[in-house]
Amino acid sequence: MAEVNLVEAVNLALAYELEHDPDVIVLGEDIGVNGGVFRATVGLEARFGAGRIIDTPLAEAAIAGVAIGMAAVGLKPVAEIQFTGFMYPTIDQIINHAARMRNRTRGRLSCPMVLRSPSGAGIHAPEHHSESPETLFAHVPGLRMVIPSSPARAYGLLLAAIRDPDPVIFFEPTRLYRLFKQEVENNGEALPLDACFVLREGRDLTLVSWGAMLQETMAAADALAASGVSAEVIDVATLKPLDLAVILESVAKTGRCVIVHEAPRTVGCGAEIAAGLAEYGLTSLLAPVQRVTGYDVVVPLPRLEHQYMPSVDRIMDAARRALEYA
Amino acid sequence: MTTVATFEIGYTQFIDSQGEPTQPLPPFASDPATLIALYRAMVLARAFDAKAIALQRTGKIGTFASALGQEAVGVGAASAMRPEDVLVPSYRDHPGQFVRGVTMVESLLYWGGDERGSGFAGPRHDFANCVPIGTQVCHAVGAAYAFKLRREPRAAVCLLGDGGTSRGDFYEGLNIAGVWKVPVVLIVNNNQWAISVPRSSQSAAKTLAQKAIAAGVEGRQIDGNDVIAVRHATEEALAKARAGQGPTLIEALTYRLGDHTTADDATRYRDAETVREQWQYEPIARLRNCLARRGAWDKDKEEALQRECAEQVNRAVDDYLAVPPHGPDAMFDYLYATLPPALEEQRAMARRFAPRAGETRG
Repeated sequence: MAEVNLVEAVNLALAYELEHDPDVIVLGEDIGVNGGVFRATVGLEARFGAGRIIDTPLAEAAIAGVAIGMAAVGLKPVAEIQFTGFMYPTIDQIINHAARMRNRTRGRLSCPMVLRSPSGAGIHAPEHHSESPETLFAHVPGLRMVIPSSPARAYGLLLAAIRDPDPVIFFEPTRLYRLFKQEVENNGEALPLDACFVLREGRDLTLVSWGAMLQETMAAADALAASGVSAEVIDVATLKPLDLAVILESVAKTGRCVIVHEAPRTVGCGAEIAAGLAEYGLTSLLAPVQRVTGYDVVVPLPRLEHQYMPSVDRIMDAARRALEYA
Repeated sequence: MTTVATFEIGYTQFIDSQGEPTQPLPPFASDPATLIALYRAMVLARAFDAKAIALQRTGKIGTFASALGQEAVGVGAASAMRPEDVLVPSYRDHPGQFVRGVTMVESLLYWGGDERGSGFAGPRHDFANCVPIGTQVCHAVGAAYAFKLRREPRAAVCLLGDGGTSRGDFYEGLNIAGVWKVPVVLIVNNNQWAISVPRSSQSAAKTLAQKAIAAGVEGRQIDGNDVIAVRHATEEALAKARAGQGPTLIEALTYRLGDHTTADDATRYRDAETVREQWQYEPIARLRNCLARRGAWDKDKEEALQRECAEQVNRAVDDYLAVPPHGPDAMFDYLYATLPPALEEQRAMARRFAPRAGETRG
């Protein structure tokens, strides 16, 4: 057992799967000799060779496109897009091909690929390096959209994503890459996809979040506990397909729910969760569902990014609204 | 100034529009049976096209993209491939798909809006028709990389159109193919039209083949109405690919004698006289003339073949029309390897509201 941060956990998972499955390959920009701009693939090229750890030309659409071709003939490519802000050229390939390869060939071909990308704000990065576009992918039938919130979940969920027989979009919150370490046993044990994780049990209020925002959400839960409020905290982890059952079960118990995400509010994944609560959990709700999200604005440059991102104060404010509602 | 790079693009033709050899034919063409098989495949494709258009006009299939006049491209390319190679086609490539073993019933199901049409009982590993233009170039390059990595003596053959060479996916895929030196053959069916946009408005480049040069890839141009040239060039490119010598781009010059699809009316944007002129270069008559000159073809054989192809197409149409409708589960069955629980309720809803047997054709 070793203490690793999130980016090291990603590296461990990649190395484990590369070692145990010869079909797994890794490709992307600067991921080979350089080990990735965030060092997620450091050491892999030396260990597994340039044939399996491929430095690609600077062409995001083609990174997705060739990964699709590789996957359709039996490889399990793990492709890296350097930042989610540079993923948009891949969308044609991902929506029109990766997501529907199995369906449109009646199962003759499939697309067991992972598209990894560092996401989110909070590291004082330049323009286009702080995006949270998970909702774009979560909307697409045939995809899985996964975001880990800790080193252990990054390790276990990435293993699961690589082993999954269908395409998985895997966002890694850059803010968490080196924020904290955690004991992670490098035993190849995957965590379940399509499942929420209850990080803390509580009676009075359900806090639902994913990715880096679990930091603020857990801090808010701590602060609420200090004032005698018992908050349950759920890490959604897989945004598509959504494990609504766990959230419904929690809200059936607490009656109050605050959804926290960094992505902009309108048509964000929080809207889907809130709609699910309205459709299936209305009678257990004691207060309107609250959303604490990024604003519907262009992600600002670093000087304003912490005003854009949901803060503990904003979560506490929403929690109070939910708790005080008669 | 010093010249640091120069290039030239070769053009290959074996038989002219009269079926007259313009140079010694390649070895495979010495056997009339081989040429007759190519001829038959082109005649069958044309018979299928005519029937498919008629089916569209009578509401039996949806929009259909005819390959009229371009039969030599797909047939020549597919006939050069081995079964274990992978064809990565566009949506206008049924002539080549039929050679690969895709059935006419499957093609009719596809254009008839039935999910099962892309199931391909024959070439299970071939890619499905690609509609987003040029995006399939990247898939062929990725598949070819897999073959190279696993040291399999296989290659990917990608068919695309002239319009496709304007897209980023084409340039990006071609560029990577060059860098990775993968066993891929990109064949551009340059039929001179991307719906209404003529080749001259598509690119200022003198040839589309020369786009390969910028990527460090061999590019060559051939007479795409000469099925011998198409097969020969594809064979050479495949041999090179299997020998580890990397990719080739083949620009096959042909002409779209029909509309873009049944939803198009080409008289709106092109001159009927030009199309009539182009008919003298079409691939089927010239191969027939070539065979006749060699004493390998005559009127009786022609009539027998036309009859046989018409019967084969009619049987396929009958079989297509007899396929029972699929239920709503077809939307869900292959979305994921295992249907996520989150979708079970939606599938139940689709089942509940599905038309009962006999209500409408699904």
